[in-house]
Amino acid sequence: MPLVAIIALAGITYAFRLAGPLLRDRVRLPKGADGLITAATAVLLVSLAATQALTQGHGFAGWARPAGVAVAGLLAARKAPFPVIVIAAAATAALLRLAGVS
Amino acid sequence: MGASFGAISVAGGLPWWVPVVMSLLVFAGGAQFAATSVVLAGGSPVAAVAAGALLNTRLAPYGFTVASITGRNWWTRLAGAQLTTDESVAFALRETDEGQARRAFWTCGAILYAAWNVCVVLGVLAGTAIRNTAAFGLDATFPAVLLALALPTIRDQRTRIASGAGAAIAVALTPVLPAGLPVLTSLAGLPLLARAAPKRRNGGED
Repeated sequence: MPLVAIIALAGITYAFRLAGPLLRDRVRLPKGADGLITAATAVLLVSLAATQALTQGHGFAGWARPAGVAVAGLLAARKAPFPVIVIAAAATAALLRLAGVS
Repeated sequence: MGASFGAISVAGGLPWWVPVVMSLLVFAGGAQFAATSVVLAGGSPVAAVAAGALLNTRLAPYGFTVASITGRNWWTRLAGAQLTTDESVAFALRETDEGQARRAFWTCGAILYAAWNVCVVLGVLAGTAIRNTAAFGLDATFPAVLLALALPTIRDQRTRIASGAGAAIAVALTPVLPAGLPVLTSLAGLPLLARAAPKRRNGGED
């Protein structure tokens, strides 16, 4: 990832953060913007998770990876601590591969 | 979480300075995971920046929420803006007294900034020791983190439908579109928010 891309993302992110403190006397966010942004965040995160769990390049990623992600999803739904979720995902995929499941 | 970000990034093949610089400058966990994962999956930097930037639009409403907390000085505004995160805003909003809210925001923001960046460096050091990422199942950790970040944002049936549809579109288009783009097409699931709304009339919600 080139440095320019990191700086671009940092600049855009900072602009979003600074908009409120700079503009709050002059501008008000439209009603419903909050809800729409939260929903868009959910859609993007779920889609990122799904595409990366299931695909590798332009094809199927194999069964081990989505299985690990599914275990992580169950743990996350049960509000497991973050490190537990991450380690469970890796361990599930690694053990399945060790057992010959790709 | 910072440690896993650093470790997975370098284990995935990125140079050590990428997660470190990104954490210092961007300082937004979800967007960092998102952008890095797009690049590691072979996507273009433009697609990675787009995915990260779209996720960070949620910081704009936060900025309006905490504007009274970061004060009137230009330098506290500039510093406060960088410390605006899901967590620091949540801590500030828990307080009813303005002075307490201000203290909660700055304390949480500063500790988080320091801890996040230290953890990323520690993660980078650990990650450089890992050679075979597939054998350790590290490829499963990025999507696992993104899913764990997504679940608390899915609060109702409509968001669930829109997310499911968006994910289905993105996965279906992955074989034909260049890497990084399918995720952006998932936003086509958003209009389902409005479409799914009238369902309530039938009382058909579970």
